[in-house]
Amino acid sequence: MATFNVHVTIENKPGISDPEGETILNDLVLKGTHSAISKIKTAKMLKFTIKEKDKKSAQTRVQEICDELRIYNPMVSKITIDVFVA
Amino acid sequence: MKIGVIVFPGSNCDRDMYHVLTDVFKLDAEYFWHEKGLPKNIDAVILPGGFSYGDRLRSGAIAAHSPIIKDVKKMAEKGIPILGVCNGFQILVEAGLLPGALLKNTSLNFMCKWTSLIVENNKTPFTNKLKLHQKIPIPIANGEGRYYVDDETLKKLKKKNQIVFRYSEVVNGSSDRIAGVCNEDGNVVGMMPHPERAAESEINPIDNKPSSLIFESLLTTIGVKN
Repeated sequence: MATFNVHVTIENKPGISDPEGETILNDLVLKGTHSAISKIKTAKMLKFTIKEKDKKSAQTRVQEICDELRIYNPMVSKITIDVFVA
Repeated sequence: MKIGVIVFPGSNCDRDMYHVLTDVFKLDAEYFWHEKGLPKNIDAVILPGGFSYGDRLRSGAIAAHSPIIKDVKKMAEKGIPILGVCNGFQILVEAGLLPGALLKNTSLNFMCKWTSLIVENNKTPFTNKLKLHQKIPIPIANGEGRYYVDDETLKKLKKKNQIVFRYSEVVNGSSDRIAGVCNEDGNVVGMMPHPERAAESEINPIDNKPSSLIFESLLTTIGVKN
């Protein structure tokens, strides 16, 4: 068994408005001199530390936990899972 | 006849709800801590507003896994009237008892103001004394109150008459101005506004009768003569 850090990013699905990201873009970033930025999306990240036999099992286990406990609401959110060796 | 008022860590409208049920409508009500079960002789269940678990993860997401929710689900299946107000609505959604999601208001503000609702379904246990399209002056108090459903679910809600209340104006960016919905059977109702803060003339500067009718509907449903 090895220890992995599993990062779960929860963000709104495409098409679901993200007023917080829009405010950061329009009222902060674009008010400076950063006109190259066209979009900012906010997200929430959960960092799991888990003991598993390999990277793939760590990813599968965390995905199962997120689905089982409804860590994200699938009506509006999607998750991206990234696994790192601790 | 007994109404169960569920208390989660962070509930803060439980006493307002209990007061309205017992002092105003003379009902027998009892608090139930979320870690306990619900007895079988409960005739209706109310999940009050507040900030269960401090809205950690997102509103209602953690309370939706409280032990008492298993009993709430069983009662929902049996057809017992269940009402979720504000955070109670968010919990019912996160528990999968009602469809959709409640997102941060478009304004990003915590919105605390008087608004008005339009009754869209007067066949539920909490609306049967109200007239269809009757207006209800009522306060909202939420940060994550923007009800969202995808187009497919919205069509289904309309077809099955699951939209119970709409805001009379655009308030927070909710899909189709939805303020409250019910399950397919109609016995589980969730709403963001607070009828328990609007059912008495002393605290309602506009008209307390329509919000009173939400509670009187429940009285009629469970067979209490007032």
